[in-house]
Amino acid sequence: MTSAVTAHELTKSYPGHVTALDGLTLTVRAGEVFGLLGPNGAGKSTTVKILTTLARPDSGSATVAGHDVLRHPARVRRAIGVVAQRSGLDPMASGRDNLTLQGRLFGVRGHALTSRVDELLDRFDLAGAAGRNVRGWSGGMQRRLDVALALVHRPEVLFLDEPTTGLDPEVRTAMWSEIARLAADESMAILLTTHYLDEADRLAARLAIVDGGRIVAEGTPAQLKGELQGDAVHLELERPADEPQARQAIGTVARLREVSFDGRLLSARADDGAAAVPAALAALETAGVGVATVTVARPSLDDVYLRHAGRRFAA
Amino acid sequence: MTTLVSHTWWMTNRRLKVLVKQPAFVVILLIQPAIWLFLFGNLFRRVVELPGFGTTSYLDYLIPGVVVMTAVSSNMWAGMGMLEEIERGTMNRLLTTPVARGAIMNAAVLEQALSTTVQVLAIILLGQIAGADYPGGLLGLAVMTVAAVLLGTIFSAFSNTVGMLVRQRETIIGINTMLLLPLTFLSSAFMAESLMPSWMSTIASFNPVNWALDAARAAMNETPDWGMVLVRGSWLLGAAVLMLVLSVGTFRSYQKSV
Repeated sequence: MTSAVTAHELTKSYPGHVTALDGLTLTVRAGEVFGLLGPNGAGKSTTVKILTTLARPDSGSATVAGHDVLRHPARVRRAIGVVAQRSGLDPMASGRDNLTLQGRLFGVRGHALTSRVDELLDRFDLAGAAGRNVRGWSGGMQRRLDVALALVHRPEVLFLDEPTTGLDPEVRTAMWSEIARLAADESMAILLTTHYLDEADRLAARLAIVDGGRIVAEGTPAQLKGELQGDAVHLELERPADEPQARQAIGTVARLREVSFDGRLLSARADDGAAAVPAALAALETAGVGVATVTVARPSLDDVYLRHAGRRFAA
Repeated sequence: MTTLVSHTWWMTNRRLKVLVKQPAFVVILLIQPAIWLFLFGNLFRRVVELPGFGTTSYLDYLIPGVVVMTAVSSNMWAGMGMLEEIERGTMNRLLTTPVARGAIMNAAVLEQALSTTVQVLAIILLGQIAGADYPGGLLGLAVMTVAAVLLGTIFSAFSNTVGMLVRQRETIIGINTMLLLPLTFLSSAFMAESLMPSWMSTIASFNPVNWALDAARAAMNETPDWGMVLVRGSWLLGAAVLMLVLSVGTFRSYQKSV
């Protein structure tokens, strides 16, 4: 098996002519962490619902762990672990009971089950609270239990649908290291959806940007950022009135391209931003233009998103 | 098949564990039929003076009536539990596991069946304390309990079906409010069938509530009519199985709308 997940031309619309997916195609390779990045309503959750057999597409096909999601949903379910956007825990059951039942539904039983449950409770630092009803647990603990539940039967493919949405920054960081640890386990492929650019950048080996129900860009984070060719250089002028002189002076600097002005802010691109700055400053000084601040930034996924979806990323 | 049985077992176990953690709910479960027994028992005490009841104690006549009314009125809210599962996200979590779909519905119905049984036993006991006579003996009481559970299953499976299809509390509340009293009074729960207008008793013959009453009363008689018990009992069983199958079928439509 080379692909953990394949989706081909998936379409799905909801009553009222709401198009959720509009021909989405993607491939997740075995053992990799694949990020699906996009704003709310882009179609990420619908994709996960189809791949996890919860929903049926209007058209298109998909396989998970080698099984067709439409023809053999039962086989798919045995091979996957799912952490949904909304927690699916039984609030009135203890952590241990939640895990035990989940294991039983996957056919894990006897000693194998108890030792797996203990192992997961320890691993996710939940052993102390294991006997208490989940209802009283903190959001972070509940989220960790969600992940533990998805792992109880050692799935081949793990789906994490916005696993850190709604978590405190600290808890979020902790969850990130947890996911990174899971990713290191190379026998399992992970499909992660997120609307946090930094999350996708940090966790995903490859990612796809979804917008309007289709993939608009795909590649490793470095590749996607590399397509933008070069660093962003931002120069803030002291006086907005200097714009005409600044425009003329900066035109003489060969290393800068795609120059644009926005009030006092001059933005440009350069293959090596740091090396272009001295030349730009010298040219501006000769023209008598004062510069207040200089910033050089590596391209971010935000820039990638801007380029492919045609607008700033607003999560 | 063995998967369905074992999953039904674990899923029922899951629900019962929650039930025992809510003692207040169990108490309410028991108080409600007691109130009905008290209210109807006192209000209608003298109607047995009319011919057609075949008994001189209205309490004796009333016990099966309160039993079926309790079975209907508590089971018809089962769909609320389905809605809660959907809203909490537990439904979606379960549906991505290999759990047998039938087990989810079976467990919901079995939990109800168990609380119906407890309620019926409480009514039987209360009746005993108030001086009711059970000429049909233990066997008669057992038939009444089974009939109530089957009737309850029809309504809990129906309610689960509605819950899964419309996914709105208001619809369940509306349907229940609309159905409970007509279903109860279009039966021999509180009034002898021979005293009903003929069009009413015609409707009553299609009413599952009345089937349960026919079966219970036939078995609780001094000289039980086993033929009646068998016929009405099999109608109840058939309707219960049919509703249960329908409720399991709703997962298909859920998959389209989720």
